[in-house]
Amino acid sequence: MKKLINAVEKVEDEMILGLVKSAPKKLRKLDCGKVVVRADKKGNDKVALVSGGGSGHEPAHGGFVGKGMLDCAVAGAVFTSPTPDKIFEGIKAVATSQGVLCIVKNYTGDVMNFEMAVDMAADEDIKVDSVIVNDDVAVKDSLYTTGRRGVAGTILVHKISGAKAEEGASLDEVKRVAEKVIANVRSMGMAISPCTVPAAGKPGFTLADDEVEIGIGIHGEPGTTRAKIISADETAKILLDKILADIDFKGSEVVVLINGMGATPLMELYIINNFVQDYLVANGVKIYDTMVGNFMTSIEMAGFSITLLRLDDELKKLYDAPADTPALVK
Amino acid sequence: MIDSKKIIAIIDAAAKKIESEKDFLTQLDNEIGDGDHGINLARGFKSVEEKLATFADKDIGAILKSVGTALVSTVGGASGPLYGTAFMKAGNVCKGKFTLTDEEFAEAFNAAVEGVKMRGKSAEGEKTMLDALCPAYRAFKGGVDGGKTLIPALEDSVNAAMQGVEYTKTIIATKGRAAYLQERSLGHQDPGATSSLYILQAALDVLKKG
Repeated sequence: MKKLINAVEKVEDEMILGLVKSAPKKLRKLDCGKVVVRADKKGNDKVALVSGGGSGHEPAHGGFVGKGMLDCAVAGAVFTSPTPDKIFEGIKAVATSQGVLCIVKNYTGDVMNFEMAVDMAADEDIKVDSVIVNDDVAVKDSLYTTGRRGVAGTILVHKISGAKAEEGASLDEVKRVAEKVIANVRSMGMAISPCTVPAAGKPGFTLADDEVEIGIGIHGEPGTTRAKIISADETAKILLDKILADIDFKGSEVVVLINGMGATPLMELYIINNFVQDYLVANGVKIYDTMVGNFMTSIEMAGFSITLLRLDDELKKLYDAPADTPALVK
Repeated sequence: MIDSKKIIAIIDAAAKKIESEKDFLTQLDNEIGDGDHGINLARGFKSVEEKLATFADKDIGAILKSVGTALVSTVGGASGPLYGTAFMKAGNVCKGKFTLTDEEFAEAFNAAVEGVKMRGKSAEGEKTMLDALCPAYRAFKGGVDGGKTLIPALEDSVNAAMQGVEYTKTIIATKGRAAYLQERSLGHQDPGATSSLYILQAALDVLKKG
């Protein structure tokens, strides 16, 4: 394992401290652990948004704490959900009389830990609700399974429901908007090289020089299929076709999010984006806006994901609303 | 019959077993999950071990509840809430007791398994820890009801858990992170079922030593 770290057991703590020090006017860390809150926390006039998950997805989620997005992000160990007591501390720190909305990515661990934290908060008469993001079309959705994973589309849920909360909307209204985004956002990812969880010391899977994993999540786990490497355009087409088959985006206006998995150069992400834009237009999809960069990473995995969000007038307006966070400014 | 001293010894043995098998559990999880099961459980059981000294004069219910709370607040992932809930639910039915009859032990075992089902919204056959725990509980309960004493009943239970772990190699995961692999999860042994087996084995080892 070759990493710029000091000690395996200090990775997460030092990462959070460094993140907060990178934006001291925007972020503040709670003493209880890896919990980041807005430094400019306002009074009781808006619904507070809380998200989180394992570390290793930087800038998610702490980098999206700030005006117009999250009020609090709770980080766990690398790729491991934070525990209910820490999530509860985060909820308490930002709770207002308007209530708290938790935005949870659909992983068994995240869902269970947030569920326990929400129960603890409700027991203390905090008005709290949650939504579960499941945008990954690589995984079959079914009532009888864990269902689709939550991946990069989560950032758009943060952005848009954050804007709604900033308007002073009620908890029910913010939740309705978050669920509208979830219903209209789809993603899929792939990897050309794996990542190594520092505490494990070894990569989550191994790939030959000419192999790729299609349908990966964001935790260094293998994908749904292994394939021989093909061109950027052909690879992007595989992901896009799967996304377009899940929702009919034809005639709709969309936000395109080309997300790097951590070790993919922007050069390659732009090459992907070049194809994605042309392919979408050729398929009758109207592009409203595009984001290219590292938003929801998987440590040093090389690869990318594509996310499409179908917009209506309400989502468009909220997408365009100002945001001021370390990782996203609008 | 089992007393609070034995319970503490079992927890201590389980913690040591998880620590010694940490790398193997992580390897199993690397194949079908995200490679942190051993690391996370070992971290949790280490924090439990640090609390063992404070358990000495507590009743079994309080001990199990403390174990559950410690696991929930240190393990993270899915196994934290699942094992944490299991110990807390078992603790609930042992409230105020310093000894457990074999029937009461079965009752606590059942509460733990039901807790895992509830928290994980899961059932047997989904390639999870329940594939070890459910048959293990049935074998134990069947043994006790059929007149077996604690150790032979627990031996049956451990054997059933072992078969359950083997069974996980033959099925596709529908819950937990291995579910994302769909058919590719076939042939792999479930790490959660394996760690459940280790805890039961630790209990049997302690009781056999007398």
